[in-house]
Formats: sequence, C-alpha cells, structure tokens
Amino acid sequence: MEIPGTYAEASGLLASAWLLVGIPLIGAAVLLLGGRRLDKAGHLIGCATIVLDFVLAVALVAALAGQDEGEKAVTDTLFSFIPVGELQVDIGMLFDPLSAVFVLLITGVGALIHIYSIGYMAHDRARRRFFAYMNLFVAAMLLLVLGNGYVTLYIGWEGVGLASYLLIAFWYRRPAAATAAKKAFIMNRVGDVGLIIAIFVMFATLGSTSFADVFAGASGLAAGTVTALGLLLLLGACGKSGQVPLQAWLPDAMEGPTPVSALIHAATMVTAGVYLIARSAPLFDLSETARTAVTVVGLVTLLYGAIVGCAYDDIKKVLAYSTVSQIGYMFLAVGLGPAGYAVAILHLLTHGFFKAGLFLGAGSVMHGMNDEVDMRKFGGLGSKMRITYITFALGYLSLIGFPFFSGYFSKDLVIEVAFDSGGTLGWILGGGAMLAAGLTAFYMTRLMVMTFLGRPRWDSDAHPHESPAVMTVPMVVLSLGSVFAGFILVNVLPLSDWLEPVFGPEPEVDHVVAPIVVSILTTIVVALGVGAAWFFVARREVPVRPPVNVSPVIKAARANLYGDAFNESVFMRPGQWLTRAMVYVDNRGIDGAVNGLAAGLGGTSGRLRRTQTGFVRSYALSILGGALVVTVAFLAVRFG
Amino acid sequence: MPDLSAPSISYLGLAPVLIVLGAACIGVLVEAFVPRHLRWNAQVSLALLGTVGALAAVILVAGRNELTAARAVAVDGAALFIEGTIAALGALSILMFAERALDPAKSAFVASAALPVGSSADRKLATAPYSQTEVFPLASFAIGGMMLFAASNNLLVMFVALEVLSLPLYLICGMARRRRLLSQESAVKYFLLGSFASAFFLYGLALIYGYSGTVDLGEIREVAARSGASDALFVTGLALLIVGLLFKAGIAPFHAWTPDVYQGAPTAVTALMASCTKVAAFGAILRLLYVGFGTSEWTWRPLIYTIAIVSMVVGAILGITQTDVKRMLAYSSIAHAGFLLVGVIALGDAATAGRGLSSTLFYLLTYGLTTVGGFAVVTLVRDGDGEATHLSKWAGLASRSPLTAAVMTLFLLGLAGLPLTSGFTGKFAVFRAAIDDGAWPLVVVALLASAIAAFFYLRLVVLMYFSAPAEDGPTVGVPGLPTTIVLAVTAAATVILGLAPGAVLDLAEQAAVLVG
Repeated sequence: MEIPGTYAEASGLLASAWLLVGIPLIGAAVLLLGGRRLDKAGHLIGCATIVLDFVLAVALVAALAGQDEGEKAVTDTLFSFIPVGELQVDIGMLFDPLSAVFVLLITGVGALIHIYSIGYMAHDRARRRFFAYMNLFVAAMLLLVLGNGYVTLYIGWEGVGLASYLLIAFWYRRPAAATAAKKAFIMNRVGDVGLIIAIFVMFATLGSTSFADVFAGASGLAAGTVTALGLLLLLGACGKSGQVPLQAWLPDAMEGPTPVSALIHAATMVTAGVYLIARSAPLFDLSETARTAVTVVGLVTLLYGAIVGCAYDDIKKVLAYSTVSQIGYMFLAVGLGPAGYAVAILHLLTHGFFKAGLFLGAGSVMHGMNDEVDMRKFGGLGSKMRITYITFALGYLSLIGFPFFSGYFSKDLVIEVAFDSGGTLGWILGGGAMLAAGLTAFYMTRLMVMTFLGRPRWDSDAHPHESPAVMTVPMVVLSLGSVFAGFILVNVLPLSDWLEPVFGPEPEVDHVVAPIVVSILTTIVVALGVGAAWFFVARREVPVRPPVNVSPVIKAARANLYGDAFNESVFMRPGQWLTRAMVYVDNRGIDGAVNGLAAGLGGTSGRLRRTQTGFVRSYALSILGGALVVTVAFLAVRFG
Repeated sequence: MPDLSAPSISYLGLAPVLIVLGAACIGVLVEAFVPRHLRWNAQVSLALLGTVGALAAVILVAGRNELTAARAVAVDGAALFIEGTIAALGALSILMFAERALDPAKSAFVASAALPVGSSADRKLATAPYSQTEVFPLASFAIGGMMLFAASNNLLVMFVALEVLSLPLYLICGMARRRRLLSQESAVKYFLLGSFASAFFLYGLALIYGYSGTVDLGEIREVAARSGASDALFVTGLALLIVGLLFKAGIAPFHAWTPDVYQGAPTAVTALMASCTKVAAFGAILRLLYVGFGTSEWTWRPLIYTIAIVSMVVGAILGITQTDVKRMLAYSSIAHAGFLLVGVIALGDAATAGRGLSSTLFYLLTYGLTTVGGFAVVTLVRDGDGEATHLSKWAGLASRSPLTAAVMTLFLLGLAGLPLTSGFTGKFAVFRAAIDDGAWPLVVVALLASAIAAFFYLRLVVLMYFSAPAEDGPTVGVPGLPTTIVLAVTAAATVILGLAPGAVLDLAEQAAVLVG
C-alpha cells in the first residue's frame, strides 16, 4: 500500500473531473431557471446531461486505468474556498479507483433511472422540477465522491441531503410526503452534526481537512482522538445510510416518487456512509474500537431490516427495509478493515444494480396499478406484466443470493470475511449475517408471491398493464447487471485488484470456516427461507386485510420493532415538551420584553414627535435651548 | 503702512472649487444670453461638466498637502476626499435635477416660484410645460460653497462658504412644482433657522477672534495651547461655532428643521441636502475640531460624545412613528449624523490616528451614495399629485414594480447597515475605530440605535413586500436616463462597497490627513 494521502497531480483529461459535477449542476440550473418554457423539453435536457456525464465518466475511468502504477490517484485543486488565517480550505477533486467506481455507479444507474423517469413521470405536471432536482442530486453526489477533502465532501453531503429532502417532498401537497421529508432531514442532521464535528476535530488537531493531510497526519494522533474521529464519522455515516439508530427516516422516504427511491434511497445516496468509512480507511485502520463499532452497527441493522421487512405489506417499504438491511451488510464488511473494504464496495455495486432494478420494477407495478403499494391488493401480476415480472425476478434472485447471481458473489464474501474476522465476535457476526440471509430470502419470496403469483386481489378499478419501453428498457439493463455484475467483478475484472491502490493488497487470512462451507451453508439457509415463505404465504390464500390476531413477534415487526415508538417517546415527545416550554418562555418572557420595549420606544417616539410642531418659532427656541445647554455644558466641563 | 502684498494662490490646488464655481458663473451668463430652447441642455451639461470636472481635478491634485491663499484654504487629503465626495454626490443630484421623464410637466421645478400659491397663475404653472433652469447654476453655487466649506482653514472663509452654500439652497427648496405651499414653507423655515444658526456661528467667530486675535485655525490652536485655553471667551466661542456647524449637519438637538425641510423641498434638492450638505458640514466639523481646537480636545470631547448619543437616539426613535418616506429618511439622516460623530470622536488618540478619520470619510461616502439612491427611488413612486410619499401608498409596491421595490430594499438595507451592503462596512469601520479609541459605551449605544433604526427601514420593506397593494395606489414612473444612471450608480456602489470595500478604504486611509 502506498503511503496514505499521497496523490499525483491531475493532468490531461483527468484534470477535467470537475466537469462531472459541473454538467449536471448546469443542467439543474438551466431547468430551474428556465421556467415554464422548458416544460416540454425539461426531461430530455435532464437525461442528456446525465448520459453525457456517464460518457465522460467512462472516458475518465479509461484514462485512470491507463495511468502508471503509483499514479492511480490524481488530485486537482480548483480554488481556495476558505483562506482565513490558519484555516486554509481548498476545493479540489480527487479521482482515484474508489471515486471512479462510485462515479460509474452514480452516472450509469443515474442515467438509466433518468430515462425510466421520462415514462414514470410522464403525467406529472411538475416533471421539469423533478428532473432539475434529480440533476441537482447527481451533481451533489458526484461532488461528494470526488472531493479531495472532508469539506468538499461535506458540501456534497449536504447537497445530496437537500436534493433528497426536495425529492421526498416532491409531492409536497401530501402531508405524508411533507412529514417524511422533514423526518429525513432532521434525522440526517443528527448524523451531519457528527460529520461536521469530526471535521472540526480534524482541523483542531491536524490543522487541515484535506484527505492528503488528514491521512498523512493520522498516525501522529492520540489513540483516543482517532477513535473519537472514527465514531463521529460513523454517526455521520449512520444518518446518511439509514443505519441503527438513525434508520427510521429511510422507510418513510419512500413517499417520494419511485425513481427517487431507486436512485437516492437504494443505489447511491444511502451508500454515502459506506463511502465515507471506506474513504476514511486510513483513520479506521488505526482504531480497533471504531471498526468494531461499525461492524456492530452493521450487524444490528442488517438483522433489524431483515426482521421488519418480513412484516410489512407495502411493497416499497419492504424494499426499503431490505435496503436498510443490505447496507447493514456493507457496514459490517467495511468495519472489518482491509479484508472487508473491497468486499463492501463489491456488495455496494451489486446492490446498486439489483435494488435499483427492484425499485424500478416496483414502480412499474405501481404505474400499472393506480399507484397502489399494498401487496395484499396485488397477486397474479406476473401474467399481466411479463417484462416487469422477469426483470423483478432476476433482481429477486440476485438479492437473496441465488447461486451465481450477482448478490451471491458479494453477500457470500461479506459473510465469509465476517467469519474470518475471528474470535467470538467473528462467529456472532458471521452467524448473524447468515441468519439474515435466510430472513432476506423469506421476505423477498413473500413479496414475489404476494405480488406476482397467486390469484388477483386487485381493486375493482385496477387495470394492470405493462409499462412503456422507456421504462422497461432500463429495468432490463439493470436486471442484466443483477445477473452478471457479481461474476464479472469477481472473476473477469476483479474489483479488489482495481481498488488495490486505495486499500492496499488484500491481506492473507486463515479461513476460520472454509469458503466453500460458508457458501453451502448460506445457500441452505437461503433455501430454508424461501421454503418457509412458500410454506406460510404461497400455500394459502393471502387475506386482503392483514390478520389481527398475530404473535407478539409479528406485532413488533409490524411496528418496525418499535423503532418509531422509541424515537417518539424518547426524542419526539420530550422534544415537543421542550419546544412548548420554550415557546411559553418566548411568548411570555422574551416576546413580552421585546414587545414591551417596542411599545416603549413607540410611545417615546409618539411623545417626542409632539415636539415637532411645525412652528418655526418653537424650532428656533429649541435651537436656542440647545445652544444654551451646549455653552453651559462647555463652560461646566472647562471650569466645573 | 501694512504690507498688502497679494498672497500666493495655488490655483491647481483650488481647481476643484474653482471649476464648480466657474461653471455656476457661466451658468448665470447662459441664463442671460442663451436662447430659451437651448438653455435646458446647456445648463444641464454645464452643471454636470462642473461637478465631473471638479471630480477629475480632485483626482489630478490628489496627494497634495498644503495650505494656500494665505493659509485660508487647505488642500490636504481629507479636504480633497471630501471635495471629491461632494463633487460625485453633487453630480448625481444634478442628474436628478435634470430628470424630464417623471413629471408630466417635464420638470420637478416650477417656472415661477414667486407667484402666490393657489393663485390662478400658479395653478396653471403646475401643469404647464415651462421649466426653470436657474436651479442648475444655483445648485452649482451651493456645491462650490460646500466644497470650500470643508476645505477652509480660516473661520471667516468658513463662514463665507457657509453662506455661499446655504443661500442657493434656501432658494431652490421653494421651487417644487407640486405641493407648492409645503415647498415654500420649507424654504422659509430653512432660511429663518439657517440664518439663526449662522448668527450663532458668527457670534462664536467673533468671540474666538476676541480671544485669540486671529481667525486662522492653526493660529487659534497655537494661541489656545499657549494660554491653556482657560478663557470663558474661548470656550463660549467654541460652543457657538459648534452649534452653527451641528445645525448644518442636522444633528440633534439642532435637527428640528431637517424633517420639515427634507419633506417640503423638491426631492432632488433633498437628496443634495441630505448627502452633500451633510458631507460638507462634517468636513468642516472635522477641520474645526481637530485643526483649530485639537489641543482643547478634553473641552469638547465629552459634549460631542453626548450629542452623538442624543442624535442617534432621537433619529432612531423618532423615525419609528413617521408616516412619510421623506420624513423617515430625514430622521434616518439624523441618526446617521450621530453615527458619524462616533467616528469623529474616535479621531482622538495618536495611536489610532487616521483610522477614525479614514473611517469617517468612508462612512460619509457610503451614506451619501445610499441616501441619494433612496431619494431617487422616492421620485419614482407617484400619483396624481406628484410623488406619493405617504407610507401607506407604498404598500404592496413589490407586486406593482418588483425592480423598484428591490432597489429600494437594497438602499434601506444599506442604511440599516446589514452585512454585504456598504452601510455595514461603513458602520463597521467607524465602530471599530471608536472601540480602538476606547469609546465602547458609545458603540454600544450606536448598536442599539442601529437596531431601533433597522425597525423602520425594515418596516418599509415589509410594507412593500407583504402588504396588499392599495386600490388607488401610486404608479411607478419609468425614469429617464438621468435617474436611471443615479439608481444604477448608487445601487452598484451600495453593493460593491459592501462586498469589496478594500480599494476605497485604502483610498480613505491615504486621504486621512488634516494639515493646518
């Protein structure tokens, strides 16, 4: 591994990495400022910028691949952002194999979802605004992964938060959407505070916030500081990635249009936390405690998401909890240090394909079913929507880890490195991850069965139909990714080799459990999960109304393991009491004082105003009086 | 036989004043000899040529520090900076004088101001397309007087300059085409009170001469230093001189004329008075206090300190209950005069010398530009009776004319001293100088007064943006080229001096020299 934080200077094509951010940003600006005259062409402009961005990204990655050994990471300082005394913050780009992977994912999947949205949003009057926000998101997300320092990253970080907020609340007239957007924003803020304090700590202890300086100086820091930095970054990552304890916003975020769920809340933005930790690898390498915390968060979340996902009837919510759970896998892997970084990124990529595909499929189903999301009102859709059915099925097989599909390669590797981490913790992590794989198989099979198989339970006014080609083609492309991406990234173009300049060579490990054993065991557990779903769901009729007399476990799962209840009773209610108390103090105390003061000033003003009589004689008298006072005062000062 | 050899005169150093006064004299001849149909253009060009020429001359002679004409006039950094400021603000005001597009009768000035108000001849004149061109030479005389006022190093010259600047102003205050009675009332009030205040100045001058035997500021200082300034004659004289100057600068408690005159005078004249007269008066105050009475600082300092507080508080508090935009801006100018005195106080210490002076100079420039801009907006908002200055008429202006409301908002924020406007930079510079000088209680009061004043500035903003427009609301006139230039220049200056004030601050710092 190279010395952390040494980057080559960008030149040639690679010096234009900033254009990746610039193109969609200009697109967003044009769409937002262009006004209604762009309503007709807005979606085309939006798509064109992202497709162009993807082409540029491919060219840049090719250029990066052609760089000499040791110059695989190039940086380019654009301008000085905050040049104040000791605090020198430059805005610059860092294009290295890790950023490159994200850039391809964001622009590639982003382009597909943009194209899909042309069809999905065809009937929405605010389609131009939608594409403007989507472009804004892509620009911010690219800035996040391309920044060469924590401050640049933070700007992108807040930018994607803003875009996410705007898009969740895209249908802002719906109270649920507006509330969900607020919830997402507030919970993200909690995490953001962690990130920004981490940046403050970096500046206080290292005097710089650029990756180069921070990573180079990290080894000189006290152990406690590094651990604190790691935990603060983890808090930030939890917020953005919907990890326990900041997971609750992500399922609610499904109130946004489905392409948003696919791009932002499945494929890209929510993986920013994984990127943050992977990017900060040199810091986490120095702190065992921080790494352990990451793995524990990952394990808890992946189990939480998998359990809750089993109980929901809302197709998007199930997929959302599945996302929470899958990102938990990524956290688990990234927390395992050098052995896990590349694995986490691999799972992130395959997940990006199959989860985006699944969401687009869900969107296609909703599109054909009058925006219905309750799976109890689906059933038998497979015959009506063949392309959706097949592409969704491929994504499903990939997600549950059916052998030789993409998810199989990545998830197995996660479980494998979890076992390999050794000790009791290793067994707990590996066992938990394997158990969750079974649960994943259960809830996804349940979803498949309830949606596409069985007898129709549609509402009387539902006329399911296949979506137009502009929507199905992106789904087909993504399903191809769900099938082949894993194989390609492990065997044909190994991702771990590509990422070696960033994370160093993969360490040799003594396998605690032989990989083949892990594979077989996992496959058995997955088969059990599928079988259980078949046994409980597919054998009998699905009731249109959810049964009421259920076991406490299901009750708890339906209430998302009381996650919302916990937040409400521990944070929301006391928070409301506090705000009420503050409002009281504000009304009675502060407002009283302010209003009293204002009234006092107004009264004084009114009385003083009477001196302004309009009579020259009284003005002259006031001047004379003033002159007398001044003269007497002068004399008093002098002789008094 | 006394030696009567003529003093040597640096014509180059006096060029700025001479150009403006020369333009004014030629203007009188133009009035007499140029045919009527050419007169308007000739007078406008001449007056503009005079002020812009003066500005060019200031730039040309910048860097000189000398006394000329037998020590009667100073040509130093501060004098030149103030002369330049007056010339620039004067040029903008003259552009407002020259506006033809707004009033249906082509000019804001009445053709024959001497007719009895309300007589049938007078009523006819209100809408008749005759206009008055004497206002241009009169304004040039006033501007020339102001420039000399700020540069005079001799009490007698100062008094003459005071009269040169005041008399034309008294006249043109009464020349409004609309609301004639109010305009004439303001002219008479200004004249009576101005003469009254001039008398104080003159009496003070006499007492000082009686005490020191000289009217030269430098010599007065030497005499005062020699004798220890223990004479009641000296102190009383100083007090009366200060009263005269405070009156001209419109500082409370000598402010009573300001709202009435600002309201009644034609708005272009108000702009000239609110900007140029104030700048000139502060130039004279600075020179009088620091050149003439610098050694008696501890006599006048406590008093100026108190008067600064009174002016800030009175201006801010009385501004709250105003219902007329022009009166509101008048009280704003009273409050700003108080803020300027904070800068005057801060000149005191040798260690910070220059900073107080330079920040005061800078403040004068920013305040003048923003104020001219504010009054220029006032000329745009009109109804059947001319300008609609009552606040209620401004309700909902933003929906009628977003650009006008936005520009006015900019000026109001500038006057309130919000960051990113020139008003903030100016206030910041002055307050910092005062804190460095140890006058922090004064700064606390100044900040509180700023907060109070912000209320009435922002109230107008709220009114423009968040109130429903009145049914019979005013129309927003489309300004001709002159007012457009004024608005563009002042708005640009308000923003640029807020964002990147460095160059002008440096200039003010270099100019912070008082000789004598």
